Amino acid sequence: MSSKPYVREVSKTTWFMSQPRYKRYMAREVTCIFIFAYTFLLIVALARLAEGQEAFEAFVQALGSPLGVLFNVVVLIATIYHSMSWFNVTPQAMPIQRGEEFVPGNIIVGAHYGAWAVVSLIILFWGM
Amino acid sequence: MAKSNKPIFWGLFAAGGTVTAFVTPALVLVTLFAAMRFNMDMFTYESIHAFAGWWLGKLIIFGVILVSLWHAAHRLRVTVHDFGVRADKQVAIIVYSLAGLGTLLTLVYLLRI
Repeated sequence: MSSKPYVREVSKTTWFMSQPRYKRYMAREVTCIFIFAYTFLLIVALARLAEGQEAFEAFVQALGSPLGVLFNVVVLIATIYHSMSWFNVTPQAMPIQRGEEFVPGNIIVGAHYGAWAVVSLIILFWGM
Repeated sequence: MAKSNKPIFWGLFAAGGTVTAFVTPALVLVTLFAAMRFNMDMFTYESIHAFAGWWLGKLIIFGVILVSLWHAAHRLRVTVHDFGVRADKQVAIIVYSLAGLGTLLTLVYLLRI
């Protein structure tokens, strides 16, 4: 018998490419880069807002450049992916027990999607 | 018992994940529509300034930005590790410093409005 331990070589940088579920995990994790970048965009918006009307309107103008629109579109896709992946695991993250039974997962997920729709509509009407 | 700062960061992380999941897509839609001049009455200086000038508006803006920043920073730290970078301490210092700086700037700008 060999005393040499069995060591599998696993790449530190591309390990997640081997399985679809690892790829989905990484896709969800990567969305944080866009959320981080977008939050700083909001902080810049606040800075311009504090400077005055002219600065704020110049900021919105700059946001309308092709690069600004592209950034918003990419962030939108990333955040929707983040939201869906976040809500889809809520039954595992916070199971709700009623007596002996657990509330079925699809009810918990459905409630979150419903609340998401309501919150989104409120924000859109606020922005309008 | 050993003291750990984990609950604080973990709490901000969980709150941030939930808040960003509910709020961020719609916020991005608002800025995207504003960028595309979808509706000229949208995201105007007057309306946003009025909201940010209201104490509860300030509190909401501060809360959303605070938890978004700390959530993304914590997740970014893990993601960098997942991509094979084995320098957790340095990465943690960088991402949490950025989040701290963002929090401070948000506070300063909000108080100026």
